[in-house]
Amino acid sequence: FWSKEMSEDVSSLKAQLEEKKNEIAILSRKLAQLEKGQTSAPELHHKVTSLNPLTEKPALSREDILRYSRQLLLPELGVRGHLNISKTSVLIVGCGGLGCPVAQYLAAAGIGRLGLLDYDEVELSNLHRQVLHGEENQGQAKALSAASTIKRLNSSVECVPYHLQLTPDNALQLVQQYPHITSVVAIATSSNNVPTRYLVNDSCVLSGKPLVSASALRMEGQLTVYNYQGGPCYRCLYPVPPPPETVTNCSDGGVLGVVPGIMGCFQALEVLKMASGQGSSCSQQLVMFDAQDSRWRSIRLRPRQPDCAVCGEKPSVTRLVDYEAFCGSAATDKCRKLNLLSKDQRITVQEYKCLLDTASPHLLLDVRPLVEVDICSLPFSLNIPLSGLAERKEDNLLLLRDRISQLKQQMAGDCQPAVYVICKLGNDSQTAVQVLEKMMSGSELSNFTVKDVIGGLMAWATIIDPTFPQY
Amino acid sequence: MLPACGDNMAAPVRIILEFGGGAELLFDGMKKHHVTLAGQEQPWDIKQLLVWIQRNLLKERPELFVQGDSVRPGILVLINDADWELMGELEYQLQDQDNIVFISTLHGG
Repeated sequence: FWSKEMSEDVSSLKAQLEEKKNEIAILSRKLAQLEKGQTSAPELHHKVTSLNPLTEKPALSREDILRYSRQLLLPELGVRGHLNISKTSVLIVGCGGLGCPVAQYLAAAGIGRLGLLDYDEVELSNLHRQVLHGEENQGQAKALSAASTIKRLNSSVECVPYHLQLTPDNALQLVQQYPHITSVVAIATSSNNVPTRYLVNDSCVLSGKPLVSASALRMEGQLTVYNYQGGPCYRCLYPVPPPPETVTNCSDGGVLGVVPGIMGCFQALEVLKMASGQGSSCSQQLVMFDAQDSRWRSIRLRPRQPDCAVCGEKPSVTRLVDYEAFCGSAATDKCRKLNLLSKDQRITVQEYKCLLDTASPHLLLDVRPLVEVDICSLPFSLNIPLSGLAERKEDNLLLLRDRISQLKQQMAGDCQPAVYVICKLGNDSQTAVQVLEKMMSGSELSNFTVKDVIGGLMAWATIIDPTFPQY
Repeated sequence: MLPACGDNMAAPVRIILEFGGGAELLFDGMKKHHVTLAGQEQPWDIKQLLVWIQRNLLKERPELFVQGDSVRPGILVLINDADWELMGELEYQLQDQDNIVFISTLHGG
């Protein structure tokens, strides 16, 4: 039996416990709210969904005035221009070397909404130019990494990160998501493959949006605003896509990070001018930047072409088409793989490793340019760049003849000396094999067997020697 | 002394050729070329200039520069800082001191 005192204790404890439970609930709610506020990291979109219209700001708050005071003071912009910017939605296709500075400056200037599209993840080799991503973001979706940095810079900008590839099936729906409130909607593209450029162009033309397009490679940049105020679209200028083998990307040609940085800032400038109502002066203009000579050059382009396939008078392209087929190349920025040689003209890195292990006499010919050989090479290789071979430079040929005759002396009887050609990825090495075979049939060189190493030094690094540098 | 010209011979044409956007890599990396085209009966036009470039400047892989009798797709030709489409394209007649630029479209970013 419980005494009276005991039952009083029990009810008092129960009351205290109830009180503590309430306190815990309040603390949990507070914590959840704080955590939600901090990690309002934008949610990654894996497909195109419809967005709510931007909420229009009728006037500037006291905080807005302080924050944007320096640009509000510009007579060219003023309060009206700034309010226009805050009502504008911009889709940025590609969060790389161009997309990062575009997003950064648009966000800093108080743009209303930024769509950030990229299907790639952050890699170490991106960081020298893609300045929104940090070391800790490696492996993260670029769109999300960019959006998180943008949110820290300006929390009032609405970021919509898209981790997806732009395709003919989703592009139009996506582009049409960016037409809010003001009529000025800019699409900044920094996508760097040819099919995507045509896809973005056609999407913009079909939905009536201007396209602020830039590109950068090595030490040069180019910028044009397409489909804007009677100016040409990308197809007016380039009705026929370039042959795939003439297109160089950043991982082949290299690029100094600040060059896309400058071009991306230039894109942001034109978008801001268009968004604020001043308009861009780059319609029907090609602006070229030569970073080596510190020279800008502005070229007057042709107007909109009446016979253009997409924006002309009788367009044949009235919906999005298959751009990979149209361009004869894949919509990826990765390096393409050539297949110029037959199977018996090629060996794998594993087979080459066996040759080394059995000390089989041969010559390893590295046909990369000197600048790449300086980065890394196999110590026993002979370097003659492909260009030197193709142009039949005399000192190069002399060197090669010399090394082949040395090899012949090492070998017994009438065995043919073996030459293995290697490059970075196994494309140039195939061309080099063809060049060498041509030289043998023209008796410029004595006969030897020649094969290329499939996948080149990068395959060597991934499969055989993980300590070999990758670039 | 100026060379004597026949009645029907036009004077030599001195022009500046420039290559950019990677097109210079087909010309030993040289971006700017001062060129004198010999006097001939008919005025020089861009079509003839392309043949001249192939014979005198371009050593390897002409398919990366020309296609048929024009430039390959993806190369933009500029005549005195204007798109060649505005100037008559292949038929444009070269004037002394003209600046002709061949720009390969960039695709990096």
